[in-house]
Amino acid sequence: MQNSIVRLVEASKAFTTPEGGSVIALDRIDLDVRRNEFLTLLGPSGCGKTTLLQAISGFVELDQGSILIDGEDMTDRPPYRRPVNTVFQNYALFPHMTVGENVAYSLEVAGVAKPARSEKVASALKMVGLEGMEGRKPRQLSGGQQQRVALARAIIARPKLLLLDEPLSALDKNLRQAMQIELKTLQNELGISFIFVTHDQQEALTMSDRVAVLSGGRIQQLDTPRAIYDHPVNTFVATFIGASNLFEGRLDGDRLMTADGMAIRHRPCERQISTQATALIRPEQFFLAEDNAPFPTIDVDLDQIVFVGSTFELFGRTAEGRKVVAEVPANRRSLVGTVERTRKARLAYDPSAVHLIGESAGA
Amino acid sequence: MSIASRRRFQLGLLLGPVSAFLAVFFLGPLAIMVVTSFLAPGLYGGVEWTFYPHNFGRILGFADPMFEEFDPIYIAIFLRSIEIAALTVLATLLVCYPAAFCIARLSERWKNFCLFLITLPFFTSLIVRLFVWVLILRQTGLVNEALLSTGLIERPLDLIYTKGAIILGMTYVFIPFMFMPVYASVEKLDWTLVRASLDLGAGPVRTFWRIILPLTAPGIAGGAVIVFIPALGNFVVPAVLGGAKVMMFGNLIEQQFLAARNWPFGAALAMMVMSVMLVLMIAHVVLSGRRSAAAALAR
Repeated sequence: MQNSIVRLVEASKAFTTPEGGSVIALDRIDLDVRRNEFLTLLGPSGCGKTTLLQAISGFVELDQGSILIDGEDMTDRPPYRRPVNTVFQNYALFPHMTVGENVAYSLEVAGVAKPARSEKVASALKMVGLEGMEGRKPRQLSGGQQQRVALARAIIARPKLLLLDEPLSALDKNLRQAMQIELKTLQNELGISFIFVTHDQQEALTMSDRVAVLSGGRIQQLDTPRAIYDHPVNTFVATFIGASNLFEGRLDGDRLMTADGMAIRHRPCERQISTQATALIRPEQFFLAEDNAPFPTIDVDLDQIVFVGSTFELFGRTAEGRKVVAEVPANRRSLVGTVERTRKARLAYDPSAVHLIGESAGA
Repeated sequence: MSIASRRRFQLGLLLGPVSAFLAVFFLGPLAIMVVTSFLAPGLYGGVEWTFYPHNFGRILGFADPMFEEFDPIYIAIFLRSIEIAALTVLATLLVCYPAAFCIARLSERWKNFCLFLITLPFFTSLIVRLFVWVLILRQTGLVNEALLSTGLIERPLDLIYTKGAIILGMTYVFIPFMFMPVYASVEKLDWTLVRASLDLGAGPVRTFWRIILPLTAPGIAGGAVIVFIPALGNFVVPAVLGGAKVMMFGNLIEQQFLAARNWPFGAALAMMVMSVMLVLMIAHVVLSGRRSAAAALAR
């Protein structure tokens, strides 16, 4: 138990829509967040990730279930009595206070004396790279700087847990990537758990120790970024994280036979023959087959060839009319050149890299 | 014509009518009042064209030793008027501030309906509405009859023709004036800031004082000025609900002009009210101007 900083047990929450209907935001969620962990809640909008975050911070009251933080039951505690701080999506800096007053707010509330307060403010601002900005007003800062102030304000009181509600979504791409690395570094330095909410799968993969993929108020999969990318438990996770080619069919020995007659080779497994399953091949697992290569192949007619810098993306169609996406390294220009001319490609794959998703496998 | 000067010309054209109107019907009469307040009252009404500072002297303490004595009653009435106006501001604020929070949280349809209800009184005559209060408050009025019939009191209470009755009536009249600016700033309030405050460990009471109140203060200040100024000079409400017992400065001015026929003294009394209002207005404009200037500078 002491290894977990937050534990949710059977947490459920339903909202009433203005039309009188009911939407289930959290459906009996069990979740353990480990100490000193960077956990990301990932999912499309409406999947329940923000509700889950607000249930932990105390702004959403659960219909059922309980929340423990550091072993203490927090289910009925108001937000201002929880050892948790939040970085809000729009930063929520107090516009009538200076940066210093914003950052000092939680200490002031807790009754910390002024000299100790300003010392801590200075060091918190230093931590986020904003030394000496105490006297500025929030509106005098850029979006990225406001983001950092919000971060400093949330960590200054050393909460047991930091919640981040899509904090990077308003920043431009370069700044966002820089902040991703910084957040991860900060989390290591502070040694507290971060729960990060995002709908951006790239962000989730980059920063997290573990990712919880949510959909329909349930955790579909909770695992390391690599495990989630390589071994998604169901087709929702497979399609939500990264691009994917899915082939649905019936298992037959070391192949999977699709209804329209394709055979996908995969590594031998103990699954029963004739079970329904879906084979996942990531675009980058395809490569352009040279003649007589010892790999299974799929022939496609190409619709589009897109140059994206380090790779080419090939959008093709099999003889059966099935769409296939492949991503091949741009340094193999000669091969791509041939493909561009003929508008046809023979895509090879390694059967041992094919991941099988069982029909009944779920969260 | 350059673009800049053409724009200035257009602006002048647009502002022309209102400027002309205000010059003739506001600045002109105002100038006449200022001049009149420094003239001697004529024996049978009207004015005598000599410089005579003792109109103000009668109010402030340097009366003309030949004809009049300084009477502190005017200062007392003036202070009472300020007190009543201030209490009216406070009472309207206490009514409007919580209501603004409730209405701001309603759905769009109910919001508009409530705002319509608040402006509804403007559609009926002020005098009629005030006389309804007479019916409610007088000795044989609704309140007293009800209290008598339940046996809570044995003789009717003196409700009407009191300071309380005036404040009640003024509050009733000025609620829409307070509500609109207060509501505007409450509706703009960013509730994620309130959440942020709670999240950072501040309880509801502290969150109110540190976050909600400062962020809605501009609306409160605007409402206070808009209510205080007409409340200070108001003479309809005290005339109807204060009777002869409780007089406000507005009634005094009216009396000097219409009954006593002492125009210079009436004008001097009016100048007193105007100077208080002017100071308030300037303070408000300077303070809110500084705020928005700071905001503009930061952008």
